[in-house]
Amino acid sequence: MPEPLLTHTSDKQLSSASSSAEASRSDSRSRRLASRISHAERKDQLFRQALLIAGLIVLCLVIAIFLTLIVGSIPSFRATGIHFFWGKVWDPVTEVFGALPFLAGTLLTSFLALFISLPFSLSIAIFLGEYFPPEKGKNHIAGVIREAVELIAGIPSVIYGFWGLFVLVPLVRQLEMKWNVLPYGVGILTASLILALMIIPYAASLGREIINMVPAELKEAAYSLGATRWEVIRHVVLPYARTGIFAGILLSLGRALGETMAVTMVIGNTSVLPKNIFSPGNTLASVIANEFTEAASKVYLSALIELGLVLFLVTTIIHLIGKRIIKQFST
Amino acid sequence: MHLNSIKHLRRRQLISASIRGMVLFFTALTLLPLVYILIYIIKQGIGSINWSFFTQLPRPVGETGGGIANALVGSLIIVGLATLLAIPIGIFSALYLSEHPQGRLAGMIRFCVEVLTGIPSIVVGIVAYDWLVRPMGSFSAFSGSVALSIMMLPIMIRSAEETLKRFPTHLREASLALGVPYYKTILQVLLPCSLSGVLSGIILSVARIVGETAPLLFTAFGNPYLSFHIFHPMHSLPLLIYNYAISPYDSWHQLAWGAALVLLCWILLLNILTRMIIRKWSVRY
Repeated sequence: MPEPLLTHTSDKQLSSASSSAEASRSDSRSRRLASRISHAERKDQLFRQALLIAGLIVLCLVIAIFLTLIVGSIPSFRATGIHFFWGKVWDPVTEVFGALPFLAGTLLTSFLALFISLPFSLSIAIFLGEYFPPEKGKNHIAGVIREAVELIAGIPSVIYGFWGLFVLVPLVRQLEMKWNVLPYGVGILTASLILALMIIPYAASLGREIINMVPAELKEAAYSLGATRWEVIRHVVLPYARTGIFAGILLSLGRALGETMAVTMVIGNTSVLPKNIFSPGNTLASVIANEFTEAASKVYLSALIELGLVLFLVTTIIHLIGKRIIKQFST
Repeated sequence: MHLNSIKHLRRRQLISASIRGMVLFFTALTLLPLVYILIYIIKQGIGSINWSFFTQLPRPVGETGGGIANALVGSLIIVGLATLLAIPIGIFSALYLSEHPQGRLAGMIRFCVEVLTGIPSIVVGIVAYDWLVRPMGSFSAFSGSVALSIMMLPIMIRSAEETLKRFPTHLREASLALGVPYYKTILQVLLPCSLSGVLSGIILSVARIVGETAPLLFTAFGNPYLSFHIFHPMHSLPLLIYNYAISPYDSWHQLAWGAALVLLCWILLLNILTRMIIRKWSVRY
């Protein structure tokens, strides 16, 4: 690091200059100068320490969050142990805690949402990344679409849930009546649909960035060989971006797993193992949102914190893997 | 032979064109529900917005009118406090990261920022409950602010670090060579030059957490009355939307739609502000 070295040498030069000034009997002036320099040095040190402390706070924050969740879930782990993960019954009254219904609900809604959203988000990503990249100047429509996608990505999840409750739920209820299943309206399917809508903008803008990273030389080479646009996309862009797109899917999955409010509002909130995609259920996040303030006993609260710990571990690991792949892809 | 190759070419071009059409169609199809959500919120919300909507408290069921003054004030206080808490830590740790790009500790901190980005908001709520609500014995706006500030940190840090990193070495060396102390070089040369990125990072992180509901469910908790006390429960826009949306009353739904529109406009304004700052203030080296 050249910077600190630089300050030190300049300080030394100054202090040697001040000692020569001392010889020429301008004593008080040089002392003032020296004290100013040492004052500045002290401030420098304080400043460096402040930066370090801020960094350490972030570090400690994450460790503290992790430890808090672990310590908080110890009572529940003592009470139910590993059975927690495949117990099918969640009954706070008799203090039986099995998380399988929520694990199933979380996985079902997330993967279903991912499955539904994939063709749509991929097509927007290709549209914005390959057919109409807004950078190239005059594509006003693409620019508008891009802005719209970004704006829509910023809509809070509680508003999605509200909309889902009033528009999507009646729609699904009508469909269910047509298909001759119990017309709850709320349930796994509705939650997946709203989740899919929510992750499309996020996945699309991720995908666009990844497709933009495909080197232009490769595409130009393919075009110069006489490939059509689709052939370039099919045989150059998509294969090249494959790992990046996979990472994008992982990141969207991480989002969907942790999504709380919208899901809570439309999933129906029953702690029974869902029989099919039409039945109401619960996810890890939604059961925490619903029951946390009602948890009266220590073990009940601890069981909910343990659910939080599971959610934290799963989403964090998925997120980190996704980010790692994208980092490798972009370099 | 010649005719065949032309036919072949035609077919390939046709496929390419039809795929293009399909991508266009799918994009339009996707945008339809997304834009419909926007329009639906505006249509439902616009009717309930008037002066008393911003100045009055929600009325009990059965009375018409009333507003969301408590939630607006609460949101402003909670988000403002969260921003105040997050800015010093966020900016200083971003400075640390940009000053030590290679260090091992910096690597660990960067990893932590990455972990923070991925934490589900509801988990942050649990943690804030455990740290603050339980020891203090009551739900409070302050605990909500702490939860939100944790969520703001990663966005703020990454945006600031990204700009700070671009600050050229020769400018810094020029400042140091003139005998300017290190802290002044950072605070008066590096930070002002990177202001656009730092500031837009702050505003962007505010835009990201204004609508967060899950961490507030068991920290700020909500309060039907106007409250300015940060150690008491306090209402906020997202909480109000959630509570009123799942209530069975039409008049409360109306209020919630209005609140949703207000929240959306707030986020939109913050995003526009960010864009303006980036466009107008960014320094080219």
